[in-house]
Amino acid sequence: MAAKTLTIDGKSITAEEGATVLQVAEEAGIKIPTLCHLEGIYDVGACRLCLVEVVGVPKLLPACATKVAEGMEINTDSERLRKYRRMTLELLFAERNHVCAVCVSNGHCELQTMAYSLGMDHVRYEYLFPKWGVDTTQRLFGMDHNRCILCTRCVRVCWHIEGAGTKNVSGRGTKSHIITDLNMPWGESVSCTQCGKCVQACPTGALFHKGSTAGEMERDRGKLEFLVTAREKHQWVVAV
Amino acid sequence: MSKRIVIDPVTRIEGHAKISIYVDDAGHVSDAEFHVVEFRGFEKFCEGRPFAEMPAITPRICGICPVSHLLASAKAGDAIMAVNIPPTADKLRRLMNLGQMVQSHALSFFHLSAPDFLLGWDTPQPQRNVFGIIASNKDLARAGIRLRQFGQEVIEILGGRKVHPSWAVPGGVRSPLSVEGRERIRLWLPEAYATTEAALNLWKKTMETHQREIQIFGNFPSLFMGLVAEDGTWEHHGGKLRFTDSSGSIIADQVDPQKYHEVIGESVQNSSYLKSPYYLPLGFPAGIYRVGPLARLNVCQRMGVPKADAELKTFKMMGRGAVTSSFLYHYARLIEILASLEYIERSMDDPEILGDYLRADAGINSLRGVGASEAPRGTLFHDYTVDRNGLLEKVNLIVATGQNNLAMNQTVAQIARHYINGSQQIPEPLLNRVEHGIRCYDPCLSCSTHAVGQMPMRVQLIGAGGKVLDELTRG
Repeated sequence: MAAKTLTIDGKSITAEEGATVLQVAEEAGIKIPTLCHLEGIYDVGACRLCLVEVVGVPKLLPACATKVAEGMEINTDSERLRKYRRMTLELLFAERNHVCAVCVSNGHCELQTMAYSLGMDHVRYEYLFPKWGVDTTQRLFGMDHNRCILCTRCVRVCWHIEGAGTKNVSGRGTKSHIITDLNMPWGESVSCTQCGKCVQACPTGALFHKGSTAGEMERDRGKLEFLVTAREKHQWVVAV
Repeated sequence: MSKRIVIDPVTRIEGHAKISIYVDDAGHVSDAEFHVVEFRGFEKFCEGRPFAEMPAITPRICGICPVSHLLASAKAGDAIMAVNIPPTADKLRRLMNLGQMVQSHALSFFHLSAPDFLLGWDTPQPQRNVFGIIASNKDLARAGIRLRQFGQEVIEILGGRKVHPSWAVPGGVRSPLSVEGRERIRLWLPEAYATTEAALNLWKKTMETHQREIQIFGNFPSLFMGLVAEDGTWEHHGGKLRFTDSSGSIIADQVDPQKYHEVIGESVQNSSYLKSPYYLPLGFPAGIYRVGPLARLNVCQRMGVPKADAELKTFKMMGRGAVTSSFLYHYARLIEILASLEYIERSMDDPEILGDYLRADAGINSLRGVGASEAPRGTLFHDYTVDRNGLLEKVNLIVATGQNNLAMNQTVAQIARHYINGSQQIPEPLLNRVEHGIRCYDPCLSCSTHAVGQMPMRVQLIGAGGKVLDELTRG
């Protein structure tokens, strides 16, 4: 595969063709914030936190969904980017009901960590306080739509890794939400294998082990990566 | 012309409230009301949440007694899961509740109430607070603050933090007590005992010079309610409900807290956000009852620990049947600190306290669960109704301050009648005595102790036509 040369934050980098800006930056030790990207599954550019500036391109591009090109000059940190990232983050908080203190993911939440790291001390937008419910019909897991940021990681692991296709997105705009099968209670789903990969993938407290109390949800993302790597490298194929 | 005197806000209590005193044409106090002017809405916005989250949500009601809500909430969860929690978990929850008793009672006595009776009712208002105590008796103030710290340390050692620990959960608790933690508690006990004994001596001297206060600060017949063990011993976390009347007779005993609604009714007043519970068989308002330290000591036969039992004897002699003066809540509070320290000391030598089997697991086995625990201010009930998936459909919280609501009204009226009768001018120290009537109950109206007597207070004399006849402002 042809190699591409580019610069990220002034640093000259050689990357493989087809790699994304996010991947290449990560390998070069440059951290770009993201909430919807998850190692092992394809990217969709849902959260818009990884937006970067590309010289010569007037609009901001999501690093996770932008492929490297020869001679690209990329900036991952600027006043403009910080402003937009902070704005995006505040909008995520304003859109649903995020109450960290009593959340099952308090202390282990990617959204919370992101807010700390981007210096978000308050939200400038009016909270929508939508009336979303909690689905605890499933025997093992629960889904609290109030804490969902629609990153769709759960949908992607369900389709891409487990292959069950249980999780989907329904509705548009602020009415978008994650559904199970044909928008039925999770406990009534016929396709769900109860594997729990969606719960491992969730960046916030939206998906949780039933019975979890404040701050108790810790996730092991390594499991997902392990599954993907093992599958791609055929580590499970045993010679007979 | 009839008047209405308003004390707003009431200071040195936890939360925001005001007092209205109604004066008739002859200048006599006809009635008084204690209004809680803050609205929280917890019972409503918890609807729809999974019940397992409640031990994290409900402690946010208060920063002084979060542990009480934490424990009552976890117990309600136990009832929904219909489990018996592991013995170690029960012992650890009890230990935390004792720590909570000590810290909250120490706060009430040293920080909030003592400035009135130690410095004197007529001390200028700017000095009549914990800083005044520090100025006049540094050692006492420091010891009191340290005693509260001890209670907070017990909570922190168990729950990881002093305020709002997410530790007790439906089915048990989340983390064990370490050997180091136990030794830290043990080492602090001698100092805590010394402070409590010094406070008791001080209180006994105070009683000698405050006979009038004992007579008029909420001294009236009422029922008393609290948890007691099967044999009538003082309880703070387990046990069943007992009601006694002012003659000391038991009128209901061993009532399962799960069936509290069979003995307790709740009345809603237009003038306050506080509900007024009453003893159901007697109706409203005849079923007035008091909860908290005074009530717990009235309903129990013994404390179950030697030092506190000796004090209980002296205490019981102060009433015929029951001790009916609310001014003696302060005394009862100190005796409970002593008992708590003795029970903490006893648990230090229990090998089971260090166990690591801490949490029972179960699904939804009951659609309704009640958790009752003795909060420092009185019996606390958390009553949850859930659907089959464990989402809350109905939440009812009965807090100590609510149960003392009717008694607080009577106390305020009694003090006001004594001091305000016929007088046209109302000096501030007299109003402070009225406020102290409320402080006796150590009401916990929300989660703040920021008021140390510096808050502005407005008192208005309002004529029958609504015209402000006189106004007094302080702060």
